[in-house]
Amino acid sequence: MEQTRSRVEPPPAKAGTDGGAGTSWWREEGFLRNMGLVGVLVVLVIIGIVTRPELYGDAGWVKNNVFTILQQASAIGVVTVGMTFVIIGGGIDLSVGAIIAIAGVWSTTVATQSYGAAGMIFTALVVGIVVGLVNGVLISYGRLVPFIATLAMMVAARGLAAQISGKQTQVSANATINGIATTKIVGIPLLVIILAVVVAAGWVLLNRTTFGRRTVAVGGNPEAARLAGINVRRHTVLLYALSGLCCGIAAIMLTSQATSAQAAMANLYELDAIAAAIIGGTLLSGGRGTIVGALFGVLVFSTITNLFAINNLSTEVQNMVKGGIIVAAVLVQQFRYRSLTHLLKR
Amino acid sequence: MSALSRRHILFGGAAVSAGAVLTACTSNSTGGNTQINKADNGNANAAAGQKVIIGFSAPAADHGWVAAITSNAKAQAGVYSDVELRTVEAGVDAAAQRAAISTLVAQKPNVIVMLPYDGKELNAAGLEAMKAGIPVVNLDRAFPSANAYRLQIKGDNYGMGLAAGAYIGEKLKAKGVSSPLIGEIPGIDSLELTQERTRGFNTALAAYGFKVANRRPAEFTADSGQAAATALLQALPKMDALWNHDDDQGIGVLAAIKQSGRSEFFMVGGAGSKAAIAAITADNSVLKATVTYSPSMASSAIALARLIGQNKGMSDLVELQVPKEITLSSETITKDNAAKYAKLGF
Repeated sequence: MEQTRSRVEPPPAKAGTDGGAGTSWWREEGFLRNMGLVGVLVVLVIIGIVTRPELYGDAGWVKNNVFTILQQASAIGVVTVGMTFVIIGGGIDLSVGAIIAIAGVWSTTVATQSYGAAGMIFTALVVGIVVGLVNGVLISYGRLVPFIATLAMMVAARGLAAQISGKQTQVSANATINGIATTKIVGIPLLVIILAVVVAAGWVLLNRTTFGRRTVAVGGNPEAARLAGINVRRHTVLLYALSGLCCGIAAIMLTSQATSAQAAMANLYELDAIAAAIIGGTLLSGGRGTIVGALFGVLVFSTITNLFAINNLSTEVQNMVKGGIIVAAVLVQQFRYRSLTHLLKR
Repeated sequence: MSALSRRHILFGGAAVSAGAVLTACTSNSTGGNTQINKADNGNANAAAGQKVIIGFSAPAADHGWVAAITSNAKAQAGVYSDVELRTVEAGVDAAAQRAAISTLVAQKPNVIVMLPYDGKELNAAGLEAMKAGIPVVNLDRAFPSANAYRLQIKGDNYGMGLAAGAYIGEKLKAKGVSSPLIGEIPGIDSLELTQERTRGFNTALAAYGFKVANRRPAEFTADSGQAAATALLQALPKMDALWNHDDDQGIGVLAAIKQSGRSEFFMVGGAGSKAAIAAITADNSVLKATVTYSPSMASSAIALARLIGQNKGMSDLVELQVPKEITLSSETITKDNAAKYAKLGF
């Protein structure tokens, strides 16, 4: 990461490019990048149509497939929104998968389930926020490097989750919680609606509030942000708490989908969330990033999984393709700041 | 008092009360769930004999099956008045378990029962104990050297695949389906045990002229099972049969099937969990059978280790000593025999 930071020096504290106040929004990099990701999605769909024409010929299947892709992207999408904030704010959160596990396990213990759906949701959200706060305090006030602090949390939270669950899969007997995954409102799955609400809230928070502007400032140049009167430490704590909250929401969504929770759930979600944020145009060094781009990043991964499944291709190849896309996206990011000739001269 | 500090106090109070609620939610009452031999069957070997100290080592449980192995071993040892079980924590990896075995050997127990992290990596530890004159009972993950164990007792992954394939083949043949669409959801694909199960499955299906139409690996967790099953169902709009390798991830697989509203196929599980056996008995889902890979082998390992320690044979066999190798047969549990197998569910 340090290397990226020194090589790709972004223009300091440039505003997030989702929908900045500029007049020529269609010429902005964020818009162009999002169009690029839409292009990737279109290409993936075309590959699907060509390889499985009989499936894509059925309108009912296509509609169902769109919802399936969105539903499978919903939990990781919510996590990615939180992750995008943390990365824009100059940090990283490796513990998101573990926070989902601890929140999911804690909210499905026999005792918590006795409090009903509201008790389970409350527990998941509070556990997520509290673990996020601990991350934030360790990083801000304990001066731990985010990578180390959240790495430690990743191990510790999974350990605690295993301890609480006795390493068993805890089945959710709550019909309301399990029903979240099957409920549809005006034909749209509830999980997809939750994702849309979180993404919209994240977009407003980043682009239309002081909190969002401060996040960009803190990530772009913490010292300048401090001199400008921003309480950088407290802001950093809030960013990790926000990521924790997103994990709590995702824990409920995943618990509902799997009708259960266990210590090993949401395995490697941290990597998927970071990768989605990065290919969505968020700089790993902070100070720049978009929520909409991150959402497209998640959708690209979810669509690839779907494409490989309908063609019965192995997951090994799928992982290689995912890796290739991440590398390609970061290369594109580099070229934005340094021309090809500049790179070749080295 | 300034407004700011009042806000802090309010927030602190909220955090403390949330903590109090969460503490109330953690206690988790899990009933005793073990599969043991009560030793009250009038067998001459059941009578208390010479005192045997059995050393036991198994990896830290990462999922229900391994947890059941350890609890079974402890419960079975508790049945015998003449057995003292000494459990050593195996630590986090093969190297840690090697160290743990060395400590155990130094304590000179009469017999050692060991579920290794990896049979190949712990082979030397088996040899060391045998050289020190302590008979080793090698549980499930096989040592390659025949002189590294006195008794090897293990499950049959290949046989599990064969049993699942034979059940599906027989049932589809009876239905008169000529070219069926068969789905497969294995566990972690890089594991040898997964590959063996798949090999057995394909061999059995080939005998009927059938083959797997789509295969989506999960990771032995319910949420990964849900994701894999969702992808599989999307890829096969019509399916005839499905084999899911593991009942723990099967919780998620069944959830995905329910969420998709599909029921035109039947499903076979793997391992034989309590939940799966209950579902087969109730006969209200697509799950019609499961093929066993029972953690009751740990109970049997303790029972046999006791006989080895007392220099006795298995009373039904002519031989005066316990045999050297035992491979459990993978049995098929259906609605017809589910009642009989209910006590082996974990």
